[in-house]
Amino acid sequence: MTSPVSTDPAGPGELMTYTADEMMTVAAARTLRDGMTCFVGIGLPSAAANLARAIHAPGLVLIYESGTIGAKPAELPLSIGDGILAETADAVVSVPEVFNYWLQPGRIDIGFLGAAQIDKFGNINTTVIGGDYANPRVRLPGAGGAPEIAASCREVIVVVRQTTRSFVERVDFVTSVGYGSGPGDRKRLGLTGAGPKKIITDLGVLEPDPVTFEFTVTGLFPGVSAAAAKERTGWDLAVASEPQIIAGPSPAELHALRNLQREHS
Amino acid sequence: MAEIVSLAEAVERAIHDGDAVAMEGFTHLIPFAAGHEVIRQRRRDLTLIRMTPDLIYDQLIGAGCARKLIFSWGGNPGVGSLHRFRDAVEHAWPTALEIEEHSHAGMANRYVAGASGLPFAVLRGYNGTGLESLNTGHETAPTIKPITCPFTGETLTAVAAIRPDVAVIHAQRSDRSGNVQFWGIAGVQKEAVLASQRSVVTVEEIVDSLDPRPGAVVLPSWTVSYVAQVPGGAHPSYALGYSVRDNDYYVAWDAIARDRDAFSRWLEDRVYVETAGQS
Repeated sequence: MTSPVSTDPAGPGELMTYTADEMMTVAAARTLRDGMTCFVGIGLPSAAANLARAIHAPGLVLIYESGTIGAKPAELPLSIGDGILAETADAVVSVPEVFNYWLQPGRIDIGFLGAAQIDKFGNINTTVIGGDYANPRVRLPGAGGAPEIAASCREVIVVVRQTTRSFVERVDFVTSVGYGSGPGDRKRLGLTGAGPKKIITDLGVLEPDPVTFEFTVTGLFPGVSAAAAKERTGWDLAVASEPQIIAGPSPAELHALRNLQREHS
Repeated sequence: MAEIVSLAEAVERAIHDGDAVAMEGFTHLIPFAAGHEVIRQRRRDLTLIRMTPDLIYDQLIGAGCARKLIFSWGGNPGVGSLHRFRDAVEHAWPTALEIEEHSHAGMANRYVAGASGLPFAVLRGYNGTGLESLNTGHETAPTIKPITCPFTGETLTAVAAIRPDVAVIHAQRSDRSGNVQFWGIAGVQKEAVLASQRSVVTVEEIVDSLDPRPGAVVLPSWTVSYVAQVPGGAHPSYALGYSVRDNDYYVAWDAIARDRDAFSRWLEDRVYVETAGQS
């Protein structure tokens, strides 16, 4: 975890300190509504989805690629297949089934993904960085479930820390398609879902411009300037004329998040 | 009918140098003990097939057993990189590793096609991704191609069937006739076994009779080649109802795998010294 970056008044006579990662996770959790179905990647997306379930969306249906549908873990799993996911799920299905019957037909509202690199059209790279494919500088884990989650969920939300290394003009490899090279590409490619609607970072929230589909800063966390967001982006980042200042984590949100993360601290 | 044998005998008879081997188990029921036995028997030039290579293939790759890897997600779940896998791809250590990579949906469907006796499976997937273009331009036979639906004209994606020489899985139980039963997260183990020429199943216990369990997968004895009783054979993965995932081990693996010497010491101390058949 990063070091504390901010303090906020958090009730009578009390100061709450939180980290940038905690702010990001809380902001991501707030985007999920009760009753939605959500295909969850491991790491930051899983933390955010479970936080939403703990705070304001008890009926949120979490689906992990291990085939656990409606998992309700009390603590964050380390992997997408921890026993607690199977034991608390409404249904446990095989891996071919979770992709073919559940994801592919467009039954799932939100795909919640992480990224190693992301570009201004929301295309994601989790495959290789630098060099060429055969001789990469860094070999990343690869695709997993992400390409079809990005293609077939009704909407996608990406949670990723914002740096000049992760926010690049062009991804080195397109593992999962966002808006391709701009408007019209998803339709041309036959991708059934609407694509990435938000990128949530440790600085704020980006949303696609309705005309160009280029990701634009529409919200900033307390104490973060638009200039700081631009500085940590590898392309000429557009910022909305009046970006919303997003409220810091409430004591209840922080308490619930730290409870979930107990096992990993 | 499955033969009930020791793990060492099962590996010796089922897995040969140069074979295409699928050790499956999606986070749950990963057949680690069988993987270690393959390392001990010093198999070489294997084509290793697995959706999530996980620590088990990090170990086999680092030990020099593999020539090629077919996979869809090669990380240490929740922890980070598979360093032996990366070292093989980035620096050809201990030997060069050819890779063929897919998405999970693609790999799952390739197993389904193999189990179904079909040459390919159809899905909506890969469109616009680098995996698709990479595959089309591949020097070896492509395994992803567009296909037109004969009913609607829609362009879909075909993926080539996977037909391993051997599937290796871990299950909770078998009976004395070699009928195999497993439950919890079932992954693609059923498909992997049915797609393969031969199979090795390690089990937590061999029981007199398999009482029915809700949601359990049963592989009848005549679909399995060898069954070996190996309690704890999935560790540091787990067998629901018998053990829990050893998350600390997954975290601790990072430092061992990061360093070639630490990994080599681990192989000597934890794999080669043990008598065949133990884990």
